[in-house]
Amino acid sequence: MIRINALNKKYGTLQALSSVDVEIEPGRITAVLGPNGAGKTTLIKSILGLVKPDSGTITVDGIHVNGESRYREMIGYMPQLARYPENLTVTEIVDMIRDIRKSASKPESRSASTRKDTQDSIKNTGQKTPLADKDAGRPQNNGQSASAPEPAHDDTPDFELWERFGLESEKDKPFRTLSGGNRQKVSAVLAFLFRPKVLFLDEPTTGLDPVSSSFLKDKILAERNCGTTIILTSHIMSEVQELAEQVVYLLEGKIYFERSVAGLLEETGQSTLERAIAVKLGRQPEVTAETGETP
Amino acid sequence: MILKILKYQLRDVFRSRWIIAYVLFFLVLTDVLFRFGGDGLRVATSMMNIILIVIPLASIILGAFYLYNAREYIELLLCHPVKRHQLFWGMFLGLALPLVAAFAGGVLLPYLYNAAGAEAWRSALMLVFTGSMLTVIFVALAYYLALRFDDRIKGLGLALVICLFFTIIYDGLILFVIYMLSSYPLEKPVLILSLLNPIDLGRILLLLQFDISALMGLTGAVFREFFGTPLGMGISVASLLAWLAVPITAGFRRFLVKDF
Repeated sequence: MIRINALNKKYGTLQALSSVDVEIEPGRITAVLGPNGAGKTTLIKSILGLVKPDSGTITVDGIHVNGESRYREMIGYMPQLARYPENLTVTEIVDMIRDIRKSASKPESRSASTRKDTQDSIKNTGQKTPLADKDAGRPQNNGQSASAPEPAHDDTPDFELWERFGLESEKDKPFRTLSGGNRQKVSAVLAFLFRPKVLFLDEPTTGLDPVSSSFLKDKILAERNCGTTIILTSHIMSEVQELAEQVVYLLEGKIYFERSVAGLLEETGQSTLERAIAVKLGRQPEVTAETGETP
Repeated sequence: MILKILKYQLRDVFRSRWIIAYVLFFLVLTDVLFRFGGDGLRVATSMMNIILIVIPLASIILGAFYLYNAREYIELLLCHPVKRHQLFWGMFLGLALPLVAAFAGGVLLPYLYNAAGAEAWRSALMLVFTGSMLTVIFVALAYYLALRFDDRIKGLGLALVICLFFTIIYDGLILFVIYMLSSYPLEKPVLILSLLNPIDLGRILLLLQFDISALMGLTGAVFREFFGTPLGMGISVASLLAWLAVPITAGFRRFLVKDF
């Protein structure tokens, strides 16, 4: 799905990323973890095309990411901190993003059909990955959506989160008057709105109340079951353990390890991801648990 | 696509309080000048001195503030299938157009309801033209600075310094040069120097239009000789356009390759 080859990025003298090679598989939830300043955001921003890498290549679904903007049609992004024009109402912001998407996809309408095809094939491969045993412990909502006929990957926007978050009552308020949690909700709705093939969630649950946060997690898992590839960062390890299947751990701009959550737990013999990562980091003599700074 | 972005930008900007304050400022000022018994021509002359200081300052500060505040918003839009060049023009016009409209509206409205004569209208339109040019130039400078420096304190500080430099320090330097070298014929060098400052350019263009260059004595005569001719007018307008093109291009280039 996403292939990154020998990616390098320097900010002045600071080597933010040094020869990073990662392959993110389709239809899975991958967590990008690491201490502050390890290059997580730089990595994600490079894939989104916000940061221009010094060298190396990134392909998303076979499309090279360099100055190209069309591949972003299949991407949804929920930033850590969302800010939209202050005087626009929530409805206007949603309309604006829909407008922009619409006029971006207009020139080449044929791409819609090919996109659907690839999406279907990815859904299928996504289904083949052995998840059954892990799904057992998950909220039942998850099981439901897996057994029920999948929501069609059509072009109608996905307003499920909008309804569940109860944003209807906020829709005419200007963005500047929204609370932090509600801003976060708007940005979550916008990330899921276009049924993206790839979703980037940068600390998605920060600032959300427990109920909304669990709605969001349910939605994330439901999307995964529809074959969406999800890349997640978080400082809450229990959340990562709950959601993610694969962990990419960055340390000082390098991939320190890349493993499945189950494999990690098994290898370290720990029951929680937090402990497992601490053990994994502690094992390496030059990296003490302290500099690892695992939250 | 640019129009789409622009549409929502304009909606946002026109609802903000500072743009309303900006309109009112020019409206009240022009109105008061009319009430103090000026005819249209005199009002334009007085307004000239004000806009030459207020517009560069307001445009550069508002521009820099605006772009720094829109940082996260730009990042978000760039994650959608929007091309960077489209977004740049959307953001740029989205601020420059409302500022020009606010200024032009505020100044011209009193001319309308005071039923100013043709001559007064000519000077008012000249005033609006120069003011609009200065607005766009200083918004462009602000955008370049905001894109060049990620640290907003640095960017805003530099914006202030640049603005002060062109409004005050530059003229001081010219005066200093004239004073030091007073025994040499300096008209031509000073003429060239004044081309290098967009605010001076605007002032000269307006002064000559308002036919009060006699106030400037000998220098005024020399300026009149040069800027009064079609060639001189051409050169000064061209250098104003160059002042427009350079910061916009620099900001645009920067925007295309910037790491957000």
